[in-house]
Amino acid sequence: MRRNFDEQLNHLNESLIEMGGMVERAIADANRALVEQNVALAKEVIRTDDEVDHKEKEIESMCLKIILQQQPVAGDLRQISSVLKMTTDLERIGDHATDISEITLLLANRQYRKHLEHIPQMAEITAQMVAKSIDAFVKKDLDLANEVIAMDDIVDAIFMETRQELIRHIKEHAESSDQAIDLMMAAKYFERIGDHATNVAEWVVFSLTGMHKDSRIM
Amino acid sequence: MDAKIVIKDFNLYYGKKQAIEGFNLSIPRNEIFSLFGPAGSGITSLLRAMNRLSDLTPDLRVEGDILLDGKSIFAPDLSMTALRRRVGMVFDVPTPLPLSIFENIAYGPRLQSKKSKAALQDIAEQALRAAALWEDVKDRLQAPAMSLSGGQQQRLCIARVLALQPEVILLDRPCSGLDPISTAKIEESLIELKKNLTVVIAPHSTQQAGRIADRVAFMLLGKLIEDGTSEDVFMQPKDQRTNDYITGRFG
Repeated sequence: MRRNFDEQLNHLNESLIEMGGMVERAIADANRALVEQNVALAKEVIRTDDEVDHKEKEIESMCLKIILQQQPVAGDLRQISSVLKMTTDLERIGDHATDISEITLLLANRQYRKHLEHIPQMAEITAQMVAKSIDAFVKKDLDLANEVIAMDDIVDAIFMETRQELIRHIKEHAESSDQAIDLMMAAKYFERIGDHATNVAEWVVFSLTGMHKDSRIM
Repeated sequence: MDAKIVIKDFNLYYGKKQAIEGFNLSIPRNEIFSLFGPAGSGITSLLRAMNRLSDLTPDLRVEGDILLDGKSIFAPDLSMTALRRRVGMVFDVPTPLPLSIFENIAYGPRLQSKKSKAALQDIAEQALRAAALWEDVKDRLQAPAMSLSGGQQQRLCIARVLALQPEVILLDRPCSGLDPISTAKIEESLIELKKNLTVVIAPHSTQQAGRIADRVAFMLLGKLIEDGTSEDVFMQPKDQRTNDYITGRFG
């Protein structure tokens, strides 16, 4: 029974894991390039974003093909519609990694006036959020998905702390305020990455329970 | 829920073999209700019991009750003809009478009471329009019904039932073997018809149930497994057996 369909679903999961891995790496590399002022790595992040975009299109096409051929219902329908929504968020995370790397290129020629302490923390947590939400999806682990959703509060708290510090820095070192504003933008992109990773986890919850943000979609 | 049909503690036996077991279900008025499940689940038996066509099967015995507008269809004083006029049935294979298109429709109303030719023509036009067949046949009403395509024959059978102005129409896999266009025409006419009557359909596929039914019930081996709105059952079935069946994991 439904061997072909199950193979298609497995293949879809594999592609999603691959896309998750690409995005996770983009977050880590964007962070490392920013912290180390590594221009080559920043350019690599920007270049690989095309691959993420391509992966998104490939997964969308797989989903539409499955809908067309299998007319899925119940858990199958929730799974496929969730993948469609998740890839949109993963793709946006890839875009933000590019945004951060563009800031890295902008800041490359001047030494930082401030030690970057919080940004790597945000990068590490958001990369974990992506990895865990994909893991939760594949393993159908509701607790893990909820854990990811809760992690966003930590990212938000770190962001607010970063913001306060940068405001203080601008007040005290007006001459490097342009650099502080660029770093503030980078921090904001990491905060947005956390939001998109949360969205991914919320679609995992929908896929498993039919509930999205505590309400029913249909 | 404003129930048109209520099935209560219903059991149906063919000789010693039980085909429907402990069945309880309410079917709301002016909706499309779909009974679905694998072959041998008792769906056809249940449909045939709803207008007592099952009485014609030798050795068949029922227990429990089926209420139509709150009154038992098994009441001794109930006229079988009146019941079958109120609850019409369309079968999986089109069964046109070997008469003209017009005579197929006029046959029932004429038996019911004496009517003028003009009145019958009016009834035929209305019934054929409601079954989405009028445009196909309006210029050849005297042609033999057998000259119609399979899909047209099935719509003629629906029109024939509608000519008697039923309150409920039972359809047992009415689109099996029909092409997608004929199927779509029948489905669209059913959606239109539910404004005036109650539709109970055994679909030829779960996809058809998903497309047109307001509510659905999943039957397995003569038992009701679960019922609910189509959205609930097809998006998030409560019972694992329903899930396994609709996702094709059965068996």
